[in-house]
Amino acid sequence: MSAGADVYPGGVAGGGLAPGGGYAAALTEEPAHGASKRIVVAYGFWIFLISDIILFSALFATYAVLTDATAGGPSGRDLFELPTVAVETACLLLSTVFCGFAGIGAQVRRNGMYYGSMAATFVLGATFVAIELHEFATMIAAGAGPDRSAFLSAFFALIGCHGLHVSAGLLWLLTMMAQVYAKGYRADIRRRLLCFALFWHTLDIIWVALFSLVYLVGVAPR
Amino acid sequence: MWGKLSWEAVPFHEPIVMVTSAVVAIAITGVLAWVVVKGHLHYIWKEWLSSVDHKRIGVMYVVLALVMLLRGFADAILMRSQQAVAMGSAGFLPPEHYNQVFSAHGTIMIFFVAMPFVIGLMNFAVPLQLGARDVAFPVLNSVGFWLTATGALLVNISLFIGEFARTGWLPYPPLSELAYSPGVGVDYYLWALQISGAGTLLSGVNLVTTVLKVRAPGMAYLHMPIFCWTTLASNLLIVAAFPILTATLAMLLLDRYLGFHFFTNEAGGNPMMFMNLIWAWGHPEVYILVLPAFGIFSEVFSTFSGKPLFGYRSMVAATMGICILSFMVWLHHFFTMGAGADVNAIFGIATMIIAVPTGVKIYNWLFTMYSGRVVFATPMLWALGFVVTFVVGGITGVLLAVPPADFVLHNSLFLVAHFHNVIIGGVLFGVFAGYEYWFPKAFGFRLHEGLGKAAFWFWIVGFYVAFMPLYALGLMGMTRRMQHYDVPEWQPWLLVAAGGAALIAIGVALQVVQLVWSIRHRGALRDVTGDPWNGRTLEWMTSSPPPMFNYAVMPNVEGLEAYWMRKQSALERQTLHPEPEYHDIHMPRNSSAGFICAFFAATMGFALIWHIWWLVVVAFVGAWAVFVVVAWRDEHEEAIPAATVARIDRANRTAREARLPTLGSAT
Amino acid sequence: MSTSNPEAHGDIAPGDELGPADLPHAIRGYLVGLALATLLTCVSFYIAQSTLVWQPSIPIALSVLALAQMGVHLVFFLHITSGPDSVNNVMALAFGLLIVILLVFGSLWIITHLDHNLMPMERLMQMQR
Repeated sequence: MSAGADVYPGGVAGGGLAPGGGYAAALTEEPAHGASKRIVVAYGFWIFLISDIILFSALFATYAVLTDATAGGPSGRDLFELPTVAVETACLLLSTVFCGFAGIGAQVRRNGMYYGSMAATFVLGATFVAIELHEFATMIAAGAGPDRSAFLSAFFALIGCHGLHVSAGLLWLLTMMAQVYAKGYRADIRRRLLCFALFWHTLDIIWVALFSLVYLVGVAPR
Repeated sequence: MWGKLSWEAVPFHEPIVMVTSAVVAIAITGVLAWVVVKGHLHYIWKEWLSSVDHKRIGVMYVVLALVMLLRGFADAILMRSQQAVAMGSAGFLPPEHYNQVFSAHGTIMIFFVAMPFVIGLMNFAVPLQLGARDVAFPVLNSVGFWLTATGALLVNISLFIGEFARTGWLPYPPLSELAYSPGVGVDYYLWALQISGAGTLLSGVNLVTTVLKVRAPGMAYLHMPIFCWTTLASNLLIVAAFPILTATLAMLLLDRYLGFHFFTNEAGGNPMMFMNLIWAWGHPEVYILVLPAFGIFSEVFSTFSGKPLFGYRSMVAATMGICILSFMVWLHHFFTMGAGADVNAIFGIATMIIAVPTGVKIYNWLFTMYSGRVVFATPMLWALGFVVTFVVGGITGVLLAVPPADFVLHNSLFLVAHFHNVIIGGVLFGVFAGYEYWFPKAFGFRLHEGLGKAAFWFWIVGFYVAFMPLYALGLMGMTRRMQHYDVPEWQPWLLVAAGGAALIAIGVALQVVQLVWSIRHRGALRDVTGDPWNGRTLEWMTSSPPPMFNYAVMPNVEGLEAYWMRKQSALERQTLHPEPEYHDIHMPRNSSAGFICAFFAATMGFALIWHIWWLVVVAFVGAWAVFVVVAWRDEHEEAIPAATVARIDRANRTAREARLPTLGSAT
Repeated sequence: MSTSNPEAHGDIAPGDELGPADLPHAIRGYLVGLALATLLTCVSFYIAQSTLVWQPSIPIALSVLALAQMGVHLVFFLHITSGPDSVNNVMALAFGLLIVILLVFGSLWIITHLDHNLMPMERLMQMQR
């Protein structure tokens, strides 16, 4: 049994299933013996994402504790604009769906579906970031920057951290488009694509928490 | 152009620092020169610096830890000497210098001695024990190590360019805010820890995935050696806790660099939130350190009693119980901050509960020895020393867990004695035991036994002489971190403590001598078969040192103590298992990614500390570029031909065959 | 060799989907998820601004809706299901969730008590002068 490039140079714990052919079989792609590299890589990245969620929760806990520490300055009710948040939410949710389509496109090796969906994901994600930057700039210009109060510091850090993650994701997205262009749908490229999809979907999950518990709770009547 | 950096950053007017820096500079230059002149540079680069082999990376982690132990211990000697003489006098270390010394001591010992030592041993042994060829992500492993080394580098640079933090090993605000610490000291601390923290997180992800997904065929979870279970628990804690550290230090950085108000005195900042978050990380951190030590002791007790570990399943349950409970006790580090009786009571009770699974472990170790044939080799001495010392430290911990008692003893020398008791008795003794135990596996020859035993005795006697007086001093009311004092009754105790530090220094010196001697006389100390201790777990099946691919053929595991069962059946039949069928083995290629990434990380950290903004951008782009270049690699692996594998494995089989008649007897 | 492996009951990478091997099915999954998520989002936005729901319970209602939507994301986009091949993935998530809950609620509980017991920073600073 020779270990090909798909088989992990290690143990075999958790051998993958190999159901019927076609789309689903393209996922498992490992020989009769040996652990699937796809499983190992994706699981490792999943563990990293769990740690990232905990990072956000530390920032979120700080926000929760400092929500009322407005130091006589503006509060969420004064600053948050729900229409903007709604547009941002729509952008991110749609981009997540297109990211899913991109993953499907890569699994079935359809260039149109892959590149098109990735491009749509990028445009929607970039729109999200642009809107958020504009929101920040407006707030800072109005004297409600992160140095105004502890509440604003916590807000900018929490939302800003998410925005930074999205921006890094956009860079990663472009890299993945370039990699497929240069090297095709090689197994290791598809593994990275799976990691990117996990990352992008998780960012939307975090956004659900953010728009609900920061923005909506912030403007809701007490 | 150079931000805040100028020649004034170099402390020309402080003789101690200048002499130390000169000595270090000469030592480093000397080592580098020797490497280059002797023609070893290519070897060092190819076999070590760019290696992605878990065994090499593990060794490098331990080397980093040992070197930093010397630095951290030097700080300790400075502190003990200062306190011994500073009765009614200013001593020889001015306060602004003394404060940096105790801050550096704690920071270095926790982050750059204990963590790398523990991570290094886990890295080295776990894939071997699991019957795997390497960890799940070898290149990431290298990156993680080099980022840790970068953090250590930055902390050491602060000695002769600039200053270090004066805020203690955890930089509480408001003291650590810009208003009260305007210098670069706290920034050195923060960036060093952010960078090395990223490395540690990578390690955590790597080892969790390895234990859960990369094991030999047949190795079910309940067939894993206990050290692998403690590795799993410890790394789950790393994955869960280090993000909290990253977030909290990031918030302090935002306060200092961009004028945010998380923990400031004004604009609504809440300094208490810093304490809350940092200890939500800090408590799991100590379990990250001690759980692998417990795992090492499990292996040592079992091997040197010639018996399987007693109560394997209860050990597993206790380990995972400690893992979860360690996230429910963190407030006991700030009982006195004023959360009130209800909150204090809940956390106090939780703290006492967490002592129970640890007690289960102690009993299991004792029962492992009971009716076994105990061999008092050096690792076993460290283990026995641990049982006594850690129990004492643990008991004082349960005492401190009672909030009213803690109100009297918080931040006194009693506390200092307690945590040194458990960290030295638990973590340090554990890594020393692991170092002695796995050294032959890593290098192919043993450490000198007599010197090892001598070092142990000086360490343990020195420890008690150095730290038991501190319990008394704490009860007498002496606070921690005192640069001078005017209570004459304290001084005799502090002199005794200084004497204890001197004894430990002899122990350390003996360990250095032991290493040098053993290298010099390695021919006589050679481990020929790969199984010097009559071991029970899979790593002792390989040669010493193991081949790069660890196992020629993945071992088939059928139960607990896979190697012991094999060995017994081989001894019975007086013949080895039949020779397997050899195939090509594909191993990951070396990668310079880790080293180069760390170079850029160090540059970026230094630039951030000194506000050299253009350099920050350049270094960041450089680090990012490294990732892209690595991602673009087409050739990830290289093949080791079956003939080579066969040759290497047959050599080990021959050596073992020769020893088969005598292999059953205890070492 | 791997047949003796007790773990060979199947294991899937997080993010991968196991099921009938056809393209329309996969796409349909994402579209259903989109529809559900959109619905939950609209309800959330509505509740936050209306008087239909009893005011003090609005944060809880929004939390429940957010949790539901996160579940939709996990199932339809990340394919993290409760199937036996997804056990490791779910356990990792559950562990993370436990830590998040301990950290967020623990911090809120602790800091609320501290804030209640301790003098506000502004007054403390005034005492310094």
